[in-house]
This record gives sequence, structure tokens and C-alpha cells, in this order.
Amino acid sequence: MTGKDEAELSGLLRAAIAGDERAYADFLHRVAALVRGFARRKIVQGGVDPEDVVQETLLAIHVKRHTWRPDAPVLPWVYAIARFKLIDAFRRRGRRIEVEIDEIAETFAEPAAETVSERDINRALEGLPPTQRSVVSSISVDGHSIGETAAKLGVSETAVRVSLHRGLAAIAKRFGRQ
Amino acid sequence: MRTEDLIKALDADARDKAMPLGKAWWLAVGMAVAIAAAVFFVTIGPRPDIMPAMHTMRFMSKFVFTLALVASAFALIRALSIPGASTRRAMAWMITAPALVVLAVVLELFAVPQADWGKRLVGSNMMICMSFIPLIGIGPLAVFLGMLRYGAPTRPVLAGAVAGLLAGGLSATFYAAHCFDDSPLFVATWYTIAIAFLTLLGAIGGRLFVRW
Repeated sequence: MTGKDEAELSGLLRAAIAGDERAYADFLHRVAALVRGFARRKIVQGGVDPEDVVQETLLAIHVKRHTWRPDAPVLPWVYAIARFKLIDAFRRRGRRIEVEIDEIAETFAEPAAETVSERDINRALEGLPPTQRSVVSSISVDGHSIGETAAKLGVSETAVRVSLHRGLAAIAKRFGRQ
Repeated sequence: MRTEDLIKALDADARDKAMPLGKAWWLAVGMAVAIAAAVFFVTIGPRPDIMPAMHTMRFMSKFVFTLALVASAFALIRALSIPGASTRRAMAWMITAPALVVLAVVLELFAVPQADWGKRLVGSNMMICMSFIPLIGIGPLAVFLGMLRYGAPTRPVLAGAVAGLLAGGLSATFYAAHCFDDSPLFVATWYTIAIAFLTLLGAIGGRLFVRW
């Protein structure tokens, strides 16, 4: 199963880097499911919400995707980021944990079971400058396209792209730091 | 925000591309060399007898040590800046520079009478060595720490320390062209202390600044 995941996921990410947005969304959905399974297995006591770890990992994967070498396997890269973010989440809550890399192979993908709990990402979103915040939430929460967001806010598409990019980078940086 | 929604935003931002990390590392080394060279030539510069010195083994051996350190630290720091990349082989290569120095020290102890050991070790330049290797290396270290922020090291303190070793190796390569003390006894002592200082600084920098 892992071998098939590896081939499919690295294929998707390669296509995404070549400019295929559809492939990128597929890649992120499948990575989210894998990381969710991983985080739920590792978080046996409360204190850290697995979905926060999923979101933080996705953001880190996004802003650090230039660190993946297209000829290298993608799963060790994904799990190394997930593990780093999981340990980080525990550290912020004053706990120390050890996460063994070997156990990753036993992780299975889990479908989303969204709860309405307050997410770390919302706090990071609220800390953004107003323009970035409205662009990011228009595209994510409201599900508008770049073009629709530009029309709604009365700015150019380029300006929307810039605000989105900066906003996401800022969220990735602030995630859970407050 | 649901994870679903976050993916929409990430997908919309997919078009924006950053420079691949491997390429960025080469660029960073180019920048670091330029900074180190500028500081070196403005301050101390090469020794006046560098041409004849290049025909002596002791003088040239210094560059073998420092360049071995640069090459192995560069390979290791590149691996350390990629999540999940294997570092075992690069880690093993780090033994090269210290092993060469130890070998040279042993040869020197055989070649030089015991009465001269102390003189060779203390040399004439140790204070300059210990101040200028860190001074030339500090700019490159800042560049390499910046690169670690651009990368994604899952062991920031270790990666920061290796950034210090790389900056130290680079700086020592320049300094070696200035220094009159060519004995491996001098190099093994004072260069090591100076590079260790940059390594410590790098580790602290990794702890404080390399967050992602």
C-alpha cells in the first residue's frame, strides 16, 4: 500500500510543480488523510488536536515545497514534516514526546471528521492585516476563486495573488505561536 | 477554518514558485565566498610570499584540511535542510577533515624534533588566527543560517552547528592564505578553536532563528 501511495503521491506532486492545479489539490487531500491518520495514532492523550497538526503540516508542506527534490521519494519528506510539526505542537503545550519514524509505515489514511472546535489556524488568520485576511478567508472559507475575490474586493487579480501568498506565509509562520 | 477550506487557499496559491533548494544553496555559497573574500582582502589579505609558499607542502596542506571541511559540511547541510533526507553518508564524510588533520599532526611530530613542538604549536599568529577566522566567517554564517530558514531543517540546532562548520571552513581557507604558521600543530589547535567558536555560534543561531 505504501509503495502505491508513494508512486501516486510523488506523481501528483511532480504534476503540481509542473503547473497542474488539479493534481495539487488531489495531492493535498491525500496528504491530509495520511497525516490525519498519523496524528490520531500519535496523540493518545488530549491537549493537542490532531486536525491542528494536519493543517499546520499542510501549510508547512505548501510553503516548503521547494525543498522536495522531484527525484526523491515524497512520503519520507511528508512524514518528516508531519513529525516535526507534531513534536512542535506538543512542545508548545509543554510536553515532550518521541515520535519513532519506523512506526510511520503502520499509519493508514483517515477520512476527515470535521469538528467545529476553535482552530489554531483561525487565531493566526485573525492576526493578519485586514487585506490579507479578507483575501484568505474569501478564497478558503467562502470558496471564491481568485477572479471572484478580485471583483468583490475591487482590486486586481495580481493583488489578490500577492495578498494570498503573503497571508498564507504569515499564517504558516505564526501558526500556534500566540 | 476547515481543512477542506485551507486546501482551497493553498491550491489557489500553487502558481507561486520558489527557487529549488539545491540551486539556492549554490547561490548562497557564491554569496558567502564573495563576502568572505571581501572581508579578507580589505583587512589582512594574503601573505606577501604566497607564491613561493605554494611550493611547500605544509602551506598547501592547510587548504586540503579546510576544503575537505567545506566540501563535507556543504554536503551535510544540504541534506539537513531537507525533511526526511538521509544524512548518514554525509555525516560519515565529516570525519575526513579531522582525520586528515590528525594524520598531518602525527607526521609533523615525526618530522620535527621534540624541542620545537611547542614553538610550532604556539606559532606567531594565534591571536590574529582566533580573531580573523570568526571575523571572516561571520558573514557567511549569517548567509547559511538564512538559507536554513529558507529550507526546512527538522534538527535546527544541529543544522545551525553545521552552518558554523561550513562558515568556519570557508573562512579558514581564506585565512590560511594569510597565515605564516603552516605547521599542522598550529592548525590543529588554533584553527580548531576558532572554527569551534563559529560552530557554537551557528548552533545558537539555529536554536533562535531557524524556525519554520
